Amino acid sequence: MKKIDKDTILLKNENDTRALGIRIADALEPGDVVALIGDLGTGKTALTKYIAFGLGITEDINSPTFTIVKEYRSGRIPLYHFDVYRLGSGEELLDIGAEEMLDGDGACVIEWADIVADVLPEDSLAIHLEYGENEGERIAEFL
Amino acid sequence: MKNGSFLTLGIETSCDETAASVVADGRFVMSNVISSQIDIHTAYGGVVPEIASRKHLEHINDVIGKALEDADVSADEIDLIGVTYGPGLVGALLIGVAAAKAMAYACDIPLIGVNHMHGHIAANYLEHHELEPPFMALIVSGGHTEIVNVPEYNRCEKLGGTRDDAAGEAFDKVARVIGLGYPGGPKIDRAAKQGDPDSVAFKRVYLEHGSLDFSFSGLKTQALNYLNQERQAGRQIDVNNVAASFQEAVVEVIADKAVMAASKYGQKRIVMAGGVASNSRLRALMEEKAGSRGIDVLKPSPVLCTDNGAMIASAAYYAYRSGEKPDLELDAIPGLEF
Repeated sequence: MKKIDKDTILLKNENDTRALGIRIADALEPGDVVALIGDLGTGKTALTKYIAFGLGITEDINSPTFTIVKEYRSGRIPLYHFDVYRLGSGEELLDIGAEEMLDGDGACVIEWADIVADVLPEDSLAIHLEYGENEGERIAEFL
Repeated sequence: MKNGSFLTLGIETSCDETAASVVADGRFVMSNVISSQIDIHTAYGGVVPEIASRKHLEHINDVIGKALEDADVSADEIDLIGVTYGPGLVGALLIGVAAAKAMAYACDIPLIGVNHMHGHIAANYLEHHELEPPFMALIVSGGHTEIVNVPEYNRCEKLGGTRDDAAGEAFDKVARVIGLGYPGGPKIDRAAKQGDPDSVAFKRVYLEHGSLDFSFSGLKTQALNYLNQERQAGRQIDVNNVAASFQEAVVEVIADKAVMAASKYGQKRIVMAGGVASNSRLRALMEEKAGSRGIDVLKPSPVLCTDNGAMIASAAYYAYRSGEKPDLELDAIPGLEF
């Protein structure tokens, strides 16, 4: 992964989320993993959409909750979008064949990554998202 | 063939059900075996894929055997096998596909791969024996919210879908937020009957003018914001009211868009499918909104709304009759589109 500024950011609105998504996308190289952690509704899927946008992906990005992972190949590099909300452990992530995606030809973005943290590479870019003080605000903290 | 009927065996393992069924002439259910795993999933608050694929593997032979037995037919009498090859969980799909291929090869029966979504639509052919395309289809489930134009048996044109969460997923997540648990759909449906749908102002998200797409991810944030605000004000939260208001916001948009699609394409019938098609409020509202425009609404009974093998058999039958070539090289495609 290319170098990226890791200061905690206040995301005041969707424009700020878009800017962050594009900034992350620009740093991504094949084999990179972005681990998103945060409660329901904190904007994990929204941030993933803008990472995809930054990679130049033209397909619609919708929630992969039911299939765990969706693959997009229309951008600069492939994107594997995981939502592991329904998994119980890292082992279960490997059971569905995630290993070759984690260490593959594209970048992985993983929502609810704390659930599977034990099998993610140590150099994953981990980002914690939480609600800000005002409605619509989110705080993104690099861990 | 048995007694002059063409027999299709349908196998479905795309998500949490291991299911198999024998259907005569694409329309008549002779057996419908569903080995529901809902009790296992409840403990985890959702479908657990690892458990799901292991359970599929444990159940698949018994489920197929029972489907044949209940229909009182032998494997030799089966004329066609249909199996779901996507979309779904890869590990779960593989088990159904492998079982279907093995049986097709061993008994020399043609095999047709079925798109799970086509299956949901075909569930209506089993319920409404006179139904034939063209019609508009509304598929609402845990993984999908789609409006599909069906001009012919083996042709489906997707007109709109969700841009983020599926309708059933929104039900599950909001049920979790308000403490109702899994499965969210039936629990919210039940709670909503005791609640006031106008008590909490949930936004109706219609997107751009004329769009047939959906967006439900904002609803869970709205539910969370509402709960926080009420807690901070020290007010008691009425779960039934939140459930009713949330449900109304979801089903109103779905019903409006389905009716809009049918009107736009001149279809006189809307066919409902998928697990959320069992939602009592959605059914009532669809009839109200479509009825006022002279559009009929057809819905399968709840057992055919959830994932089942019969719908896969029916879809396979019509694909085969439309000239689709059987394929023993079939592979599971988790991200299969229309």
